[in-house]
Amino acid sequence: MESWRRNPLVFWVINLPPSLWLLFFFLIPLGLIWIFSFGEKRGVVDIEITWTLANYLRAMDPLYLQIFAKSLWFTAITTLLCLAVGFPIAFGISFAPAKWKPWLLLAIILPFWTNLLIRTYALIAVLRTRGYVNFTLEWFWDQGNWLLALLGLGQYQLLGAQFEALPLLYNNFAVVFGLVYVHLPFTVLPLYAALERMDSSYIEASLDLGAGQFRTFFTVVVPLAKAGIISAVIITFIPALGSFLTPDLLGGTDSQMIANVIERQFKSANDWPFGAALSFILMYATFFALALRALLARGSSSMEAA
Amino acid sequence: MKRLNKRPFSRRAFLAGSGAVAAGLTFAPRFGRSAEEPKLNFYNWDTYIGEDTLDDFKDASGIEVKMDLFADNEELFAKLKEGNPGYDLIVPTNDFVERMITAEMLVPLDHGKIPNFRANIDPAFQEAQFDPGRKYSMPYMWGTQGIGYRKSKVSGVPDSWKHIFDSEEYSGRTAWLSETTFETALKYLGYSLNSSDPKHIKEAEELLIKQKPHVKTIAEDNGQDLLLAGEVDLAMEWNGDILQVMEEDDDISYVVPKEGGLLWQDTLCIPKGAPHPENAHQFINYLLDAEAGAAIADFIQYATPNKAAKALLPAEYTENPAIFPSDETLANCEAELYQGEALQRIKDEAWTRILAA
Repeated sequence: MESWRRNPLVFWVINLPPSLWLLFFFLIPLGLIWIFSFGEKRGVVDIEITWTLANYLRAMDPLYLQIFAKSLWFTAITTLLCLAVGFPIAFGISFAPAKWKPWLLLAIILPFWTNLLIRTYALIAVLRTRGYVNFTLEWFWDQGNWLLALLGLGQYQLLGAQFEALPLLYNNFAVVFGLVYVHLPFTVLPLYAALERMDSSYIEASLDLGAGQFRTFFTVVVPLAKAGIISAVIITFIPALGSFLTPDLLGGTDSQMIANVIERQFKSANDWPFGAALSFILMYATFFALALRALLARGSSSMEAA
Repeated sequence: MKRLNKRPFSRRAFLAGSGAVAAGLTFAPRFGRSAEEPKLNFYNWDTYIGEDTLDDFKDASGIEVKMDLFADNEELFAKLKEGNPGYDLIVPTNDFVERMITAEMLVPLDHGKIPNFRANIDPAFQEAQFDPGRKYSMPYMWGTQGIGYRKSKVSGVPDSWKHIFDSEEYSGRTAWLSETTFETALKYLGYSLNSSDPKHIKEAEELLIKQKPHVKTIAEDNGQDLLLAGEVDLAMEWNGDILQVMEEDDDISYVVPKEGGLLWQDTLCIPKGAPHPENAHQFINYLLDAEAGAAIADFIQYATPNKAAKALLPAEYTENPAIFPSDETLANCEAELYQGEALQRIKDEAWTRILAA
């Protein structure tokens, strides 16, 4: 770790560009938005920095707290579903034959090569009333009726007088479905990384010593993959919480998430200070959660040592 | 966004447009101090100009127009907010013209250099509430907001906002348009869509919260797609968007409800810091020419405020009710006015409450 002291020049040559990049394109813009959150609007384009807390107080209005709560709820469900779906996928990939792994991983990463907007529109084509899911269901409905007619039961209309399309789009179900679809790769990759590193002899030992598949999974695999699970949760939860495109395009009339409110502040409502305050509340919450996790991790490891 | 994909996809226009975007990124430095170099940087909506307008103008004046495209007024505003990156001519909508005048982002126009304005433009458009005396903006195109509907799924013509704001008749089959639902609800209640009376705003909020369960979705300016896909049977939309899907599907039509709706006008303005203001004046005058204006209107199928140009066009354009509504309907329509940031905040909070309810 001390080697950089022996070669300070190399250290600076390698680290200066990324540090400057981080400073100019991340920290300074972020700092500006942070400063805006203590500003007041003066006319159409001017913002005066008065270090007021009014924007934060306004965000504490029950109206906005309720939207925060709803967003957290959507995001929590999304993260749980991503874990439930992503764990078996990651598990499957990590135990797949070596020559298959790159292809399976590619399949997970592939959606990233397509723009989010395009993927969301594709999802609309799948879920809408005259979309592929409903087309498929209608086909089954037709086949079912044909079968019933064959059995001489056609006149009873056992499957309903006509096919009723499922309302899959423009509701909260569609929003959560869309969020899971978009964020699943974020969950699978860290889980895969954790499971891949795991020594499979632990599992063999557990099975040999008489534990069942479920017991082995929950008492051996899950604790060993804990670090990966926590990373997966964080890396899924944080971007999902800030989604605005998915609720905008897939949601119904009551699918507003906090990021939609923030987007409006920067666009149609033209209230940058308030939008900045809302964004930073989201960020403070995230920092708090990360700090809490670090604290808990330290607590548990010191207990293990004791 | 309302002018995105104005016409059924035209490959030629697309190629011309994308070439212009690439070329428009380099702004050559000025030479000579007195005479302007023969160049102009035009910032326009997508497919919002005649097929050959820019070439014809170059032949007539020797000035080469480079065109960049923006998708909505907010993008245009955001781009110019921190200083003009080199545009000579922009096409903001009326309420943004007002906003930009307030923020001192526009250059006053020299009417002496735009003789076509007085000669060709319909007198109704020679004055504007959002720009008294038309000091900063010249009318380019205009239109309305109304209801696009599927003829076979509605009874009669849904010529009232009642169907989407105050009725269960079409429950689950209607879509609102997020940007202007609130103003239009004020209009339905019999108030001005620019009303700033807190009582009226409260009333509109309650109306919309009550109606919300019967609305399928709040469209982000894609009501025409919802209509075309059969997701909804009535959609609040801009006339140009519905016109576009009407060409694809005979079962779709458009009506401006009898209560009246929102009237919009896109205008030609010169932003502060424009490097070629002389050329910009010359180009504005050219766009307001009868023949040039007719060619543009014929291609993009929006209503032109240019009387002389309209006289040159066929009846299928001038008598299309989706482009030019009747005078009685038009008399009830209103343009949105920019009324300051305080009201904006009140309306945004009301809208947030409606969505959260």
